[in-house]
Amino acid sequence: MARADAGGSRSGKHLHEAALKRQHAREQWSVLSLVVPAMIVIVLIILIPLSWLFYLSFLGDDGGFSLENYHKMTQYKSYYRIFVTTFQVSILTTLACIALGYPLAFFLAQLPPRWAGVFMLAVLLPFWTSLLVRTYAWLVLLQKRGILNEFAMQVGLWETPIKLVHNLTGTLIGMAHIMLPFLILPLYNAMRKIDKDMMHAAANLGANPINAFWRVYFPLSLPGMVAGSLIVFVLCLGFYVTPAVLGGGRVIMVSNHITAILENQFDWGAASALGVVLLVATTFTLYVAARLFKFDAALFGRD
Amino acid sequence: MTDAPQGTTALPIQIRDLTKRYGSVHALNSVDLDVHSGEFLTLLGPSGSGKTTLLMAIAGFSRPDSGSIRFGEDEVILTPPHKREVGMVFQSYALFPHMNVADNIGFPLKLRGISGAERAARVEEALETVQLSGFGARNIDQLSGGQRQRVALARAFVFGPRILLMDEPLSALDKKLRERMQIELKHLHRKLGVTTVYVTHDQREALTMSDRVAVINDGELIQLDTPEVIYNSPANAFVADFIGESTMLPLTRDDAGALLFRGQVVGDAGTDQGRDWTLVMRPERLFFADAGAETDDQTIVLTGVLREAVFQGESEMALVAIDDDTEVAVRFGTSGRASASGSNAGDQVSIGLDRNDVIIIPDGQAV
Ligand SMILES: Nc1ncnc2c1ncn2[C@@H]1O[C@H](COP(=O)(O)OP(=O)(O)OP(=O)(O)O)[C@@H](O)[C@H]1O
Ligand SMILES: [Mg+2]
Repeated sequence: MARADAGGSRSGKHLHEAALKRQHAREQWSVLSLVVPAMIVIVLIILIPLSWLFYLSFLGDDGGFSLENYHKMTQYKSYYRIFVTTFQVSILTTLACIALGYPLAFFLAQLPPRWAGVFMLAVLLPFWTSLLVRTYAWLVLLQKRGILNEFAMQVGLWETPIKLVHNLTGTLIGMAHIMLPFLILPLYNAMRKIDKDMMHAAANLGANPINAFWRVYFPLSLPGMVAGSLIVFVLCLGFYVTPAVLGGGRVIMVSNHITAILENQFDWGAASALGVVLLVATTFTLYVAARLFKFDAALFGRD
Repeated sequence: MTDAPQGTTALPIQIRDLTKRYGSVHALNSVDLDVHSGEFLTLLGPSGSGKTTLLMAIAGFSRPDSGSIRFGEDEVILTPPHKREVGMVFQSYALFPHMNVADNIGFPLKLRGISGAERAARVEEALETVQLSGFGARNIDQLSGGQRQRVALARAFVFGPRILLMDEPLSALDKKLRERMQIELKHLHRKLGVTTVYVTHDQREALTMSDRVAVINDGELIQLDTPEVIYNSPANAFVADFIGESTMLPLTRDDAGALLFRGQVVGDAGTDQGRDWTLVMRPERLFFADAGAETDDQTIVLTGVLREAVFQGESEMALVAIDDDTEVAVRFGTSGRASASGSNAGDQVSIGLDRNDVIIIPDGQAV
């Protein structure tokens, strides 16, 4: 029977071929139509403004094409410092998130799923309150006559109030707190996926707990950690609220400076140029990270 | 024997009173078990019977509530897993995805400070043993299921453990490959001479591979013996039912102690009074007798109605109703002399059982 059928199609009857193709095409179009709204939104709120931004940044005072906005950046040392600060804050925040988040995610991953859910709720809770509220809450906690200083002085930890806010320290504390869930979520996910048998196998083959962790657990959790770190890092690069409130004007990141330029000088060209440079820097960082880690491709041998 | 890692001797395992509870579940209930040095012992039992729990306890991954485990002379119940020097093949294989084949197999050697050329040589030797020469540089996900299985095996014995544990290592493979790996595993065991504890819930696999089979149910050791004895003299109804196919029918006992099946004497209970007895008939030991054949001192003959005969490839299975609510399964070769040929469903047939093939088990106790 099967043979006879195969013979039939080989003889070139092509039964219903055109109709089947049409059906396939129709299905593809109907799937595509689902992304149309998203595409419209992307064009409207990302592509058009971005193009406008590019256009503005290359506009000179006389209204013609000019590189003067970019030229200015290389002239003034302040621009250089702003970029250094931006990367410094972003890197330090990312590191702080890893230092706080890795052990926490590890702890969560060891819990029975029900308890992990409860603790995860605690991690995610801050997500549901306004960013501004959380930032001002830190101000209340950390300021000179804030709760932390008052308490420490009463207990006798230190005598005069320590400056915990309106500086880099305060900014980092606030940002690390806000960014932490972005690191923990992908990391926790990666850790949950590590088969218990992996750790059993490591021990069985002779690895003490420290060896088993560094040679097996950590490498397997790395994709999650890299993904989380990148999200945190990239979000930090463009962050505005927390450095503005907790930095007290001493921590000026690119976004803060863009606002300043617009408010003080109303110079759209300079502001746009700064935005473009930040965008390029961010894209470049992502590209390098992707090449460096090849994400799970490198780790699991998938090409 | 030249391939066996140097300085390795097999070790016996002695398990006493091993108990492990999960809440109210007795995963292991006071298990006593001796695994002889160098033997291939299989833990066989239905799902949830405690096989994995027992293996985990031997490997040291789970902490029993009480009991003793000795490897040779050494009590290991408190020894952490990384110091037990026990090779293990996991059901999931548990190969490290971030290492290639050679690094996976070299991992236990690396941890033991064996470096460079010697490590490479021993990895290569292990690869050769499992017939994977030249696969060292492959990534794990470039391997087929059967190849992964071999890598897991190579990794488990490369460091010369004196005890090898395997938890359903073939369950993820298809039937053909599984049967080939069974033979290869057996072969490897003979070559390495290492004490092996193997877990399966496939009774056929257990009978094929093992020197001895330990049948486990509900965390208790039911019977421990060679495959032949387990098959031919099951200790109770559970074993008889779990191992092989069988039809079980109740027996009656007369005043003299003779065991009767429908008025025919099939055995002798001796002086044992207070039990129920069960007749176990293996389908492949039954045959179709000539019409009109009678029970004699060689053969027991039953008559009934042929309900159905099903073709199963290498054999045929017939269901014969010997009365309204008792069906007996008869298996016969598709090319043999005995066959149901000529009989149709609904026909009257006679089936015979050699008295030597009669299995009688005491029943009525906790099984
Ligand atoms: N971590 C655990 N927590 C609670 N109960 C468990 C746990 N591990 C095993 N059990 C219970 O202990 C009993 C024995 O389980 P075990 O895994 O040893 O069975 P098994 O014989 O290996 O079965 P299978 O053939 O399905 O692998 C089961 O009733 C199981 O539900
Ligand atoms: Mg199991």
